[in-house]
Amino acid sequence: MHPAPSVILFTSLSGVGFGLLFFLGLGMPAPVGLNAFIFYAIGYVFAVGGLLFSTFHLGHPERAIKAFTQWRSSWLSREAWLAVIALCVTGVAAVGQIFFETRLAIVSYAGAALCLLTVFSTAMIYRQLATVPRWHTPMTPVLFLTYAVAGGALLSGQVGIAQPVLGLLGALQIFAWIQGDGAFARSGSTLASATGLGTNGSVRAFEPPHTGTNYLLQEFVYVVGRKHAAKLRLIAIILLSGLPIVLLVLPFNHMFAALAVLTHVAGVLVSRWLFFAQAEHVVGLYYGKRG
Amino acid sequence: MTCLPKMTDKKLGLVIDLDTCVGCHACVVSCKGWNTENYGAPLADQDAYGEMPVGTFLNRVHSYEVQPEDGLAQLVHLPKSCLHCDDAPCVTVCPTGASYKRTEDGIVLVNETDCIGCGLCAWACPYGARELDGAEKVMKKCTLCVDRIYNENLPQEDRIPACVRTCPSGARHFGDLGDPNSDVSKLVAERGGMDLMPELGTKPVNKYLPPRPKDQLSSDQTPTQSLQAQADNPAGFFAWLDRTLEKL
Repeated sequence: MHPAPSVILFTSLSGVGFGLLFFLGLGMPAPVGLNAFIFYAIGYVFAVGGLLFSTFHLGHPERAIKAFTQWRSSWLSREAWLAVIALCVTGVAAVGQIFFETRLAIVSYAGAALCLLTVFSTAMIYRQLATVPRWHTPMTPVLFLTYAVAGGALLSGQVGIAQPVLGLLGALQIFAWIQGDGAFARSGSTLASATGLGTNGSVRAFEPPHTGTNYLLQEFVYVVGRKHAAKLRLIAIILLSGLPIVLLVLPFNHMFAALAVLTHVAGVLVSRWLFFAQAEHVVGLYYGKRG
Repeated sequence: MTCLPKMTDKKLGLVIDLDTCVGCHACVVSCKGWNTENYGAPLADQDAYGEMPVGTFLNRVHSYEVQPEDGLAQLVHLPKSCLHCDDAPCVTVCPTGASYKRTEDGIVLVNETDCIGCGLCAWACPYGARELDGAEKVMKKCTLCVDRIYNENLPQEDRIPACVRTCPSGARHFGDLGDPNSDVSKLVAERGGMDLMPELGTKPVNKYLPPRPKDQLSSDQTPTQSLQAQADNPAGFFAWLDRTLEKL
């Protein structure tokens, strides 16, 4: 799949942002006044900024409001609703802490739950696609949620939680990569099933329908980066999990904490790039790719 | 509404005969022509006369080589457009309601004024049947020529999809696949019509008729075999030439 920067930034940044807002909702930490403003502002910048990036992906962003209509069937529509509701409920909790030095426990917990649900709905947009076997697994929402919790723990300064979750995240990501590498073969889709010609013999793509490129090839048959995938995976794991854990083990220092956040976010961006660039859509079969 | 209808009154669709298709791409051209001038946004091209032309098409013809274990390789042309699936994954993922499946005839359409161009429906389609138009930035797909098949301004014989009307080899058939007594349904039953990627559970309405079995040639009848036989056992002038050259 084409790793569009808008979608990578959207899923990565909003995941981290909702992760931070989740911990603030749990009261970990529970700052008040200016401190609360700074914490919530960082959460909102990430979450809302990520959502804004997602609109750059649209052909007609001016009609984006229509995406709220189909929540009965569409995970994308559900995500739109959940994001807005999560941000509103969390906003009420934030106003209480910033201006009235009061923590509204029930509102805060509801906001925390909604933040995680929003991340879950983002992941379900990808998980639901049977056309991309690498994504069509429960690991996709598990990973997205772990990414959000790890990033949130890091940004909210929950060192005790961040360390084990970052370790878990690294392990889950490696497992997902290994599992994902065999997903296409396990899916059962082949050039034979795509063309229905397998009963007559072995099928080979002889001539494509067009000599130039097209939307399908650009969007779904993306191949750049496969060459360096192994190196990029190593870089991603070191950045998103390894380095932040080391930096958190060192004696606490604001510089180290900031560095841990930066390397983690950089690692998330690399791994999210791989999430898209390595995903193989079954339509590639018709062009003699895959398998 | 992007929830799928429980059932549709009709299942209008295409039956494409892979045995008869000669791969001329006339259906591709007629589709592009009709759908550029009629329903919805035109099918745009970018850099049409330049180095890297790209454009939107609703129908494309792939060609495949099938090599049986024993015998000669065959070339099969496979025209591919929207299969108007009963369980269309492209419809349910749409966040705006732009994509929908019609209850009356099962045609899957896009309401272009509601489309935000997010592309998710194209991601959900296994067949590559949807393309985001490079100029209008809305999703384009086969409409089954909904503006022809019910169009009373056209003569009766033209009230079929442009690709079917154009096909010079009669490889494309249009009809109601929900009616077991329709010509297309009978054709599917008779010829063993099949689904593309049935494992994905999309339940396509369009069916493909597999190539008919070829005549089985005995091993000395295939073109290459008979040439080999001539080389091994030359006769007449070549036999004399063969003997003479052997003696040198």
